[in-house]
Amino acid sequence: MDAVFLARLQFGLTAGFHFLFPPTTLGLSLLVLIMETLYLRTKNALYKDVSAYLVRILGIVFVMGVSTGIALEFAFGNNWAAYSRTVGDVFGAPLAAEGVFAFFLESVFLGILVFGRKKVSPKTYRLSAFLVFFGAHLSGLWIIIANSWMQTPAGFRMEGGRAVLEDFFKAALNPSTVVRFVHTILGGWTTGALVAMAIAAWLLLKGRFPEKAVLLMKASLAVFAAAAVLQLGSGHAHSVQVTRTQPEKMAAFEALWETQEGAPFTVFGIPDEKNEKTHLAVRIPKMLSLLVHFDPNGKVLGLNEFPKEERPPVFLPFASYHLMILFGLLFILIGAVGVFLQTRKKLPGARRYLKVLLWAVPLPYLANELGWISAEVGRQPWAVYKVLRTSDAVSAVVPAGNILFSLILFTLIYALIGAAGFSIILRTVKRGPGDEPAEAGKGAA
Amino acid sequence: METWDILRNVWFLLVGVLLAGYSVLDGFDLGVGALFPFLTKSEDEKRTLIRAIGPVWDGNEVWLLTGGGALFAAFPPAYATVFSGFYLALMLVLFALILRAVSLEFRTHDPKRKGLWEATFVGGSFLPALLFGVALGNVVVGIPLDTRTEYAGNFFTLLRPLPLLFGVLGLCAFLLHGGAYAALKTEGALQARARKAIKPLVAATAMAFLLSFIAVGIYLPGGMKRLPAWIFALIVWVSLGSLMRPGKKANDKRTFLLSSLTFLGLWGVVGAVHYPNLVRATDPALSLTIANASSSALTLKVMLIIALVGMPLVVGYTVFAYRVFKGKVGPDDAAY
Repeated sequence: MDAVFLARLQFGLTAGFHFLFPPTTLGLSLLVLIMETLYLRTKNALYKDVSAYLVRILGIVFVMGVSTGIALEFAFGNNWAAYSRTVGDVFGAPLAAEGVFAFFLESVFLGILVFGRKKVSPKTYRLSAFLVFFGAHLSGLWIIIANSWMQTPAGFRMEGGRAVLEDFFKAALNPSTVVRFVHTILGGWTTGALVAMAIAAWLLLKGRFPEKAVLLMKASLAVFAAAAVLQLGSGHAHSVQVTRTQPEKMAAFEALWETQEGAPFTVFGIPDEKNEKTHLAVRIPKMLSLLVHFDPNGKVLGLNEFPKEERPPVFLPFASYHLMILFGLLFILIGAVGVFLQTRKKLPGARRYLKVLLWAVPLPYLANELGWISAEVGRQPWAVYKVLRTSDAVSAVVPAGNILFSLILFTLIYALIGAAGFSIILRTVKRGPGDEPAEAGKGAA
Repeated sequence: METWDILRNVWFLLVGVLLAGYSVLDGFDLGVGALFPFLTKSEDEKRTLIRAIGPVWDGNEVWLLTGGGALFAAFPPAYATVFSGFYLALMLVLFALILRAVSLEFRTHDPKRKGLWEATFVGGSFLPALLFGVALGNVVVGIPLDTRTEYAGNFFTLLRPLPLLFGVLGLCAFLLHGGAYAALKTEGALQARARKAIKPLVAATAMAFLLSFIAVGIYLPGGMKRLPAWIFALIVWVSLGSLMRPGKKANDKRTFLLSSLTFLGLWGVVGAVHYPNLVRATDPALSLTIANASSSALTLKVMLIIALVGMPLVVGYTVFAYRVFKGKVGPDDAAY
């Protein structure tokens, strides 16, 4: 196994594991903010208890995000030293800015949310909830800025083999930043909200804390249903952007081997990269052209336009992109059914729907990971699109054996904290939204 | 001096300030972690000590992430050389930090495996407290670099006597700082134990500092010709000396401020000796300096604006948070 492959595998594993947590934080921090705002407005203590319940879960999710996030910042120096030397002038600033503007904010005020309920006024507490929400989203923005610059680099010039910053705002607000930010945030809201809905569903099914469960269900359903519908629009806008700025990536997403006017949307198929064919393809004629060009006869570039050594792999981006879309549509359905039941006031008793929610929890996580896989694998063979090849981005002095060693340790440690974290979150959930967590825990166990 | 030169110097200073900020803030919770088994005897005491750092350690660790981010953005080649060159050593630090980060939350919520999470907390605090100094010692003393300015040594090159001595000095200073914080935030037997630990830790820190200072003087005589190095060394000696002679009444705030000042003095000495190097190479012609390893003037300027806007806010609300959580803690204070 060569060093490039191992370095990619390690980054994929560590980033993929990390990416379980921040989306959850985005959604949960929004719900905490909603609950605190309702509490301030109504003075109804039920909201406060639900918020405290979510904060306990948020606290655990957050530390897991922090601990696994450090690894990624290190990785740019550890495994991707050539990358850091080549594009550090542009790429480093957003990472530093994330720390200065967002991460401090999030960490410091999360400390107040978790430990400071009795030490600050309700207004200050709500302000802290807002700042955690704001910090989490701002943090996401800087990370998406950095990642989007790898997809659609802008605002720089090449000088002596290195990227040199020319225009900070052009680099930060490059052609894919805004749409990818919105898409990622909505993915986070969907994730956090579905987790909260499943928790509420579980409480309702067990007949515990029904009043609080109903409040939690209402708020999270509203966020979930709205985010799922909006995601359809943002996903569409994103695919239009990819077609314009990274046409070979869209060709891989759709396994479009030849350029076509009036290109079809492939609903199902098994792309065969060797023979440049899609087996068992089910296609909707002209649909792709209509979607990305708003013109059924619009021309969509196929993979044949690009030299073989500059084409992304096809199977993985195709499969992950299509599954992600499938899940996205499923979320709209889940949201719509929920809203329908809610308007008929049947939701708390709809046991079958509540059970579906429990089983649906992994889906938004899968959708997030699949979207991320399609975006990053679809960018290959480039680390920075048309600027730096992934194979030229790795550290020259780190032997494959060292990476294998760290990869094994990462796997073991992440398995340990993943399993422990999951069981701890479950235990925290099972305690329920009582007012005294420690004692409620003993009673409920 | 042209603008670019000024910016490079400013960023040398600012990266130093961020790392010094990290030492002073996260330093005490690393120290508390490493001293944990020696300071606590009962579950109540353990919970008290955890409670003392619980609300703040997370924000403290952001100083490391931001310092690392600033080093990456301002001096990418130095970041690349050190992080890829010290691969295995930094992986150890990383694994320690990852396990440590989850350990406190997990210990509280996972009563069946308290022992495991306590061990990862203690080990995860001890290892970085030792290895940060070793890593710093290496870039200050000098490491073998090839003509591409890539690291040309191996893992064991990092374990030379002088960097190890830096590691011991760093560890002593972290322990001292942790002891001072524990004394400040607790009461009773726990506080008494923390107070008792101060004097031996001051003596150990002073000894390690004296040896390091002499060794640096022998290895890097040029650095010792610089007046600021002596001024900062004097600050370290005055702080340590004052710690050895506490007033009649125990004053934990004074102890904590003096141990913080010790850290600032130590960073000052390092900065004065090391400037303008970022990574000293065994062959001085290959050293990475602020002149040959910095980002462009525009990047440094953008970052300076970010820092000037952002850091006052950070300092402001960090002070606010410490005031919210000021005073002594007990085992069952609020939350969790």
